[in-house]
Amino acid sequence: MRAPNIKARHVPIIATVVVFGLLYAAASMHFRNFFSLRVFANLFTDNAFMGIVAVGMTFAVLSGGIDLSVGSVVACTGIIMSKLITQHGFDPFLTAAMLLAAGTLFGTIMGCFIAFYDLPPFIVTLAGMFFARGSSQIISLESIPLKSDVLTAVAKFGIPMSARVRFPFAAIVLVASVLAGTWIAQFTKFGRNVYAIGDSEQSAVMMGLPVRRTKIGIYALSGFFASLGGVIYTLYTSAGYSLSGMGLELDAIASVVIGGTLLSGGVGYLPGTLLGVLIQGVIKTAIIFDGTLNSWWTKIIIGSLLFIFILLQTWIAKSARFRRSGP
Amino acid sequence: MDYLLETSRIGISFPGVKALSGIDFRLKAGEVHALMGQNGAGKSTLLKILSGVYRQDEGRIFLKGREVNFSSPTEAQHSGISTVHQEINLIPTLSVAENLFLGIQPRTSSGRLDWKKIHRDSENILSRLDLRIDVSEQLNSYSTAIRQFVAIARSLLFSADVLILDEPTSSLDKDEAAKLFAVIRGLKRDGLGIIFVTHFLDQMYEISDRATVLRNGEMIGCFEAAGLSRMDLITAMVGDAQAARAENEPSKRRARTSQAPGDERILEASGLSRSGAIEPIDLSIGKGEVIGLAGLLGSGRSETARILFGIDAPDKGDVRICGSRLKPCSPIDAIMAGMGFCPEDRKTEGIIGNLSVRENIILALQASRGLRRMLGREEQAAIAGKFIEALSIKTSSAEEAVKNLSGGNQQKVIIARWLASNLRVLILDEPTRGIDVASKSEMQNLILSLADQGLGVLFISSELDEVARCCGRAAVLRDRRKIGELSGDELSPDGIMRMIAGGESAA
Repeated sequence: MRAPNIKARHVPIIATVVVFGLLYAAASMHFRNFFSLRVFANLFTDNAFMGIVAVGMTFAVLSGGIDLSVGSVVACTGIIMSKLITQHGFDPFLTAAMLLAAGTLFGTIMGCFIAFYDLPPFIVTLAGMFFARGSSQIISLESIPLKSDVLTAVAKFGIPMSARVRFPFAAIVLVASVLAGTWIAQFTKFGRNVYAIGDSEQSAVMMGLPVRRTKIGIYALSGFFASLGGVIYTLYTSAGYSLSGMGLELDAIASVVIGGTLLSGGVGYLPGTLLGVLIQGVIKTAIIFDGTLNSWWTKIIIGSLLFIFILLQTWIAKSARFRRSGP
Repeated sequence: MDYLLETSRIGISFPGVKALSGIDFRLKAGEVHALMGQNGAGKSTLLKILSGVYRQDEGRIFLKGREVNFSSPTEAQHSGISTVHQEINLIPTLSVAENLFLGIQPRTSSGRLDWKKIHRDSENILSRLDLRIDVSEQLNSYSTAIRQFVAIARSLLFSADVLILDEPTSSLDKDEAAKLFAVIRGLKRDGLGIIFVTHFLDQMYEISDRATVLRNGEMIGCFEAAGLSRMDLITAMVGDAQAARAENEPSKRRARTSQAPGDERILEASGLSRSGAIEPIDLSIGKGEVIGLAGLLGSGRSETARILFGIDAPDKGDVRICGSRLKPCSPIDAIMAGMGFCPEDRKTEGIIGNLSVRENIILALQASRGLRRMLGREEQAAIAGKFIEALSIKTSSAEEAVKNLSGGNQQKVIIARWLASNLRVLILDEPTRGIDVASKSEMQNLILSLADQGLGVLFISSELDEVARCCGRAAVLRDRRKIGELSGDELSPDGIMRMIAGGESAA
């Protein structure tokens, strides 16, 4: 009566762990000094904003949706933050809190369109993407430097890991975001409803789950993490620029998928997304270590990985269907 | 109030159709109540009203003596009416335990979901149904039967008084069904009222205390299962056979004269079977013959047609057209060999509603010619015009969208489509369903005249008098198995019913 004890939903994340392990080991053996605490800490720091954005994206993808607006929300957050603090002398912490609220509200509005009018998330968040990008360009076409002593101090803060290496603020926020996301996904009704909607929205409705409320929550959450990513990116670059974060949404989606979340929704784990981000980081760092390769090779390798993971997912979906209809 | 659930004069209409009227359905606590009827009798409409999907236009519903009005399935569920649908509405990739508790998970004092309690409680609940499985395993690693049990267990969590099971056994094998019945008996002892929809007569007798029969949206009656003979039950479901037979005597004679079974076998199927669809079946259709496939809903009629036409692959057996073997599971091969198929669900599988009558008619012809030999516009118009006249299709013009035609005329368009290509044998699955009486007899006469011109026809219908009237010979199916053939004087609504009702239950 029972199928063999292989949990199909675990295959993609196992593949992610294996890929990360292999890449990391290969790079460590090939390049001197690659296997060091500093390189490891930098993997987190340099990709913190993308990872934070990817946490929100994971919820959208888990529900079978997508959020294309995140890259422009990062830019918009950065430019408003720099302008208010540098040019208008606003309180840095208050500004950051306000921007997080604004990002959440922006996501909520998109979520309402998706939930109440049954519009495809692709279209709604595409409109959101243009809106946020356009707004940031109206605010300023120039890059605005971020001038705040307090924020510079915050960005420099870090937990000492050894005599010379510290685990910096941005990385701490990334890890905290992943932990928070994992908790929401595993230990709240909202999180479980996201999985249910992603697997079968029809069944979720028939089971009496609050599908609309959950959808709004998903895009609100994604909006929150996008603006948090924007704040961290602004600290990281010490400036706001209207053209930053171009294509970030696609990098985030790639991280989510390479991290083992099914693009069709319903299956995936938040820690996988972190691994997906780190895999991209390892590839980028290895190419920098090499020194002779063009940095665009990163994209080619990521593209190939993405392709392999999509094939893997299709294969899993097919074998699951086969089992469902089987005897 | 004696009754757990009672409806009084319930009725509902959909645009142009009176789907249900004057239904007085009464369910007692602690009984299994079967809901029987043919396709289109109104069973699922009644269920949808009871489970809060539709709102009735007239009449009232009482649950435990109190009048209720549900605005959603969730509301019905919280009031104590739970439904387990035929297509089980659960989340396949989540665990069994999670499927049971989704939306109603217990939480720890710190506010997070209490997974330990969820798993412990799940095991307890399932063990009440005598089911001991690993509840942390994904739902889709279990069989349909177990998923059915999980769906039932979930509805029990909502402290259900009334449990509606919509064709729960349709995809279960015999042992699984027996296990389900054991569970149902247990729930019955606990005092639940269970509404059980099935099209298997044997199962109805095995598990039910009473049965309510619907026909054409009306309630025929409520019977004690023990005192109801199979013959009476079938008569209640399909209508008064005697009257139908007398009325149709003239055209029946015509059917027989038109039957000239020559030596030429157009279609031959031997040992055709597919697990879960039909047991090995032999069929043969000669030139100019109209062969019926008779049987109740779910007896394997449409499944057989689908295999013949190559939509589903057979496990065993083969189909020959004029002696040459067809590639299995290849409709295009069947079409090239001269087979045509008018499916049961003509709106979604037959016509292409937004295309014009002309475009629908030339579809099969163009497909068999291939894209490189496009039919010219004038040629198309000529073909369409010819068939609109020949079959007297009522349409404002050949350019009218097919969806605007009446049901009978849509059916004619599909037949015309096949006639336009080199048709040798035509499979008609419920060609007269949902069309009015006048069009019905017109359709029947059309089929007979096509046979007179040498076409072989396989005629599938749940209306027994129609089968008796149109066909020279009919294969009778029951529980996915061919139980015999009738021809000549034996081929009458009465004879078919006796054959379905008679004998041992098919295992």
